[in-house]
Amino acid sequence: MRARTQVQATINGETVEFLCEPRQSLLECLRDELGLTGAKEGCNDGNCGACTVILDGRIVNSCLVLGLEAAGSEITTIEGIARGAELHPVQRAFLEQAALQCGFCTPGFIVASKALLDEEPDPSPERIRLWLANNLCRCTGYDKIVRAVEQAAAQLQKVKA
Amino acid sequence: MKTQTETSTETGIGGREYAVVGTRPIRHDGADKVTGRAQYGADLRLPGLLHGCIVRSPYAHARIRRIDTAKAAALPGVKAAVTAADLPGAGDRIVDLGEGATPLSYIRGNILAGEKVLYKGHAVAAVAAVSPHVAEEAAGMIEVEYEPLPCVLTAPEAMQAGAPILHDDLRTEEFGKRAAKASNVAQHFRHSLGDIEKGFREADVIVEREFRTATVHQGYIEPHNATALWNHDGRVHIWCSTQGAFVVRDTTACILDIPVSQVKVTPMEIGGGFGGKIPVYLEPVAALLSKKTGRPVKIVMSRKDVFEGTGPTPGSYIKVKIGARKDGRITAAQAYLAYEAGAYPGAMVAPGAMCIFAAYDIENVVIDGFDVVVNKPSTAAYRAPGATNAAFAAETVVDEIAEKLGIDPIDFRLRNAAKEGTRRADGPRHRRIGCAEVLEAMKRHPHYTAPLGGPHRGRGVAIGFWFNVGLPSSCTISVNADGTVSLVEGSTDIGGTRTSVAMQAAEVLGIAAEDVRPTVADTDSVGYTAVTGGSRVTFSTGLAAYDAAQDVVRQMKERAAKLWEIGVEQVRAERGIFCAGDRSISFKELAAHLEETGGPVIGRGAVNPKGVGGSFAGCIADVEVDPETGKVSVLRFTSIQDAGKAIHPSYVEGQMQGGSVQGIGWALNEEYYMSPEGVMLNASLLDYRMPTSLDLPPIETVIVEVPNPGHPFGARGVGEASIVPPPAALANAIYRAAGVRLNSLPMKPSVVMEAIWNAKA
Repeated sequence: MRARTQVQATINGETVEFLCEPRQSLLECLRDELGLTGAKEGCNDGNCGACTVILDGRIVNSCLVLGLEAAGSEITTIEGIARGAELHPVQRAFLEQAALQCGFCTPGFIVASKALLDEEPDPSPERIRLWLANNLCRCTGYDKIVRAVEQAAAQLQKVKA
Repeated sequence: MKTQTETSTETGIGGREYAVVGTRPIRHDGADKVTGRAQYGADLRLPGLLHGCIVRSPYAHARIRRIDTAKAAALPGVKAAVTAADLPGAGDRIVDLGEGATPLSYIRGNILAGEKVLYKGHAVAAVAAVSPHVAEEAAGMIEVEYEPLPCVLTAPEAMQAGAPILHDDLRTEEFGKRAAKASNVAQHFRHSLGDIEKGFREADVIVEREFRTATVHQGYIEPHNATALWNHDGRVHIWCSTQGAFVVRDTTACILDIPVSQVKVTPMEIGGGFGGKIPVYLEPVAALLSKKTGRPVKIVMSRKDVFEGTGPTPGSYIKVKIGARKDGRITAAQAYLAYEAGAYPGAMVAPGAMCIFAAYDIENVVIDGFDVVVNKPSTAAYRAPGATNAAFAAETVVDEIAEKLGIDPIDFRLRNAAKEGTRRADGPRHRRIGCAEVLEAMKRHPHYTAPLGGPHRGRGVAIGFWFNVGLPSSCTISVNADGTVSLVEGSTDIGGTRTSVAMQAAEVLGIAAEDVRPTVADTDSVGYTAVTGGSRVTFSTGLAAYDAAQDVVRQMKERAAKLWEIGVEQVRAERGIFCAGDRSISFKELAAHLEETGGPVIGRGAVNPKGVGGSFAGCIADVEVDPETGKVSVLRFTSIQDAGKAIHPSYVEGQMQGGSVQGIGWALNEEYYMSPEGVMLNASLLDYRMPTSLDLPPIETVIVEVPNPGHPFGARGVGEASIVPPPAALANAIYRAAGVRLNSLPMKPSVVMEAIWNAKA
């Protein structure tokens, strides 16, 4: 066993502390140390996007970040997307548009889509496709995912107006 | 880019008006899946959990001389190590575990190699340790001494005299006879109809071409995983990601030589399968490690393990020869299909042969199929297994003939389209099918006549068939006092089938889809249910739910009769209302009276249905070929499929879109890129290039509904057919864009470029 270091970070709005081996990725820490299993491991080398989280405002593949590097940072995972008992418009749109089949890539897509809409409230379909090109989905062919993000954008715009 | 549904004008079962069937309710497991709460296999946490790691062969073909686990076992944190020597012997047993009769030694050998390794990535040993990292470290310390052997990687090479032999005991089975000498050809079969020589003599045009397709992977995003606990009472509990919990139960019991009743399998949520999560890899190994340690053991594959150690779909070598008269009638068709089974027999060549000419009414046919072992991973099903390879060959030859005869490619197909009663070369006659209806919908679609809008662009079409399967399914429904019901079924839900099954029960009961609460149960809690595969769940498990709901309605009528103190024959049930004379009571109201009228109501459905309806899918594809680089861009794509009756249209569209895109990936990018030594050089999701959102246009869909007479709502399975036509349609589009006919998959830039240069030279 390697020596473990104590790491403090803000995850989904709460300050948390966890112990972490130098070789553990942030994804492992979230899943194994903190029980946040919503982020998934599909490849463990940054190519599928199933482990996407928002780290200090940017989306990252949490399998490519070391747990130690997360010290002092602010992280949002899929578990922190819903607003209390209410689903986020992106989550609702994924359900209404049937934008998931097996659901395994879905947390990554929802986190990435939310980050997009935080930055760009009215993205074109092409922009959505470019933004989500880091996330692989093998079930849907992406069509309904793109539509869901468009619907969520429209919904968010309406709320703002 | 709107989605449309074309309902057949034919009335009957599909024409009836439904309250729930055909609507688009939110899926029952939706909230769990958009919040990260859904529990997939790797998410499972158990007290005292150990982590396993598999040691895999670095050679494609080698004899195992010695395995020494001592060093690994001595590493702090390591609790146990196992090899094939820890598995009970398989002997000469032949078992049927859902994929046809197979020698148990092959299944056992693929789980942990015995005397030889047959592919790079073949499992040879495993360890369990306190953390995944320690297990990985320990796996690297297991010493295996190999004697490397020459390897053979493609079917044509493996069939040659003098090729390295994988199995010394494998004899070719040819037309019912077994050959005397060891060979890599496990089987040669033939289907024939009419007089092939006569058919070709009658032809005005004959086209004969040969094709090669690369090995490709299903590419589900969730790696395989299994957790096992061998309890102290001798019972084994397994949690895993599988398309068939009962297949895992039966296989694990068989491999470990214990009764099936001693194994309980809890299917976790499954992150995609497409056929690749039917075989069993990790479960018996995790169970063995648990037995040795007395603790639960979890094994999760890495992505590299998934590519190298699980079953992709066969690469293939195919020859197709088709002859037609000037009037556009096909007179003869011949095919030679040699599929790579990988390390153990069982290439999906039989279904390929069933499907290759199934779209056409042809009098004279010969189809030869060869199941060939090679030093690559043992192949598994992949969405309409075998049919996509076959359709790539047949549908490009059909396109070429139509062109030579000067007939529109859809008209040419319509002139030869299979219909009810058409005999397939493999024997059965088609039942009511929607082949012509799909072709007509393709022809009518605005996409077919839209301008291409630029140079180097072309449009191609193709059609594909998948026969679909029935197989056993079980379901129970219990009525709750608040008028809702709980539905228990055994089909793991990969693409929304909880909902499509629940909707069929809701339709019968006359309640809302949301008032049915579906649960996918473990193997102790539901009757036998075959795999989620063969596009069977909405059809078969749906039928089990339909029967269970009918059983509930029958019992609820009895309860109403009891309540009203009348004979049950006087009670009628219509859409959730029970009536007798001027008295009526709703399902919900009646549900509140169960206790006083006799206690709980539980309906059951157990089916092994025969009324399977095959499905046809066609597609229209526009491409642009970059003349400088050979890169093919898909500009527009429309998928058209006969769903019989779309129970939940959104998820039918989803199947069509997903299948289409897998077909596009197969056509343009995906392949096992092998070194001459049999090492897959692109075993990552960076280098094994599956389509991203950026590579694709919107996938338009048209659902055609030609009701299946074998299902109460007319449903056909829809999961597979859509993957079949895209490679051929794209090849035909590339021909019109760049003037070259391609005969190998993938049609990657280097292949396209070379073809363009050759055409110029």
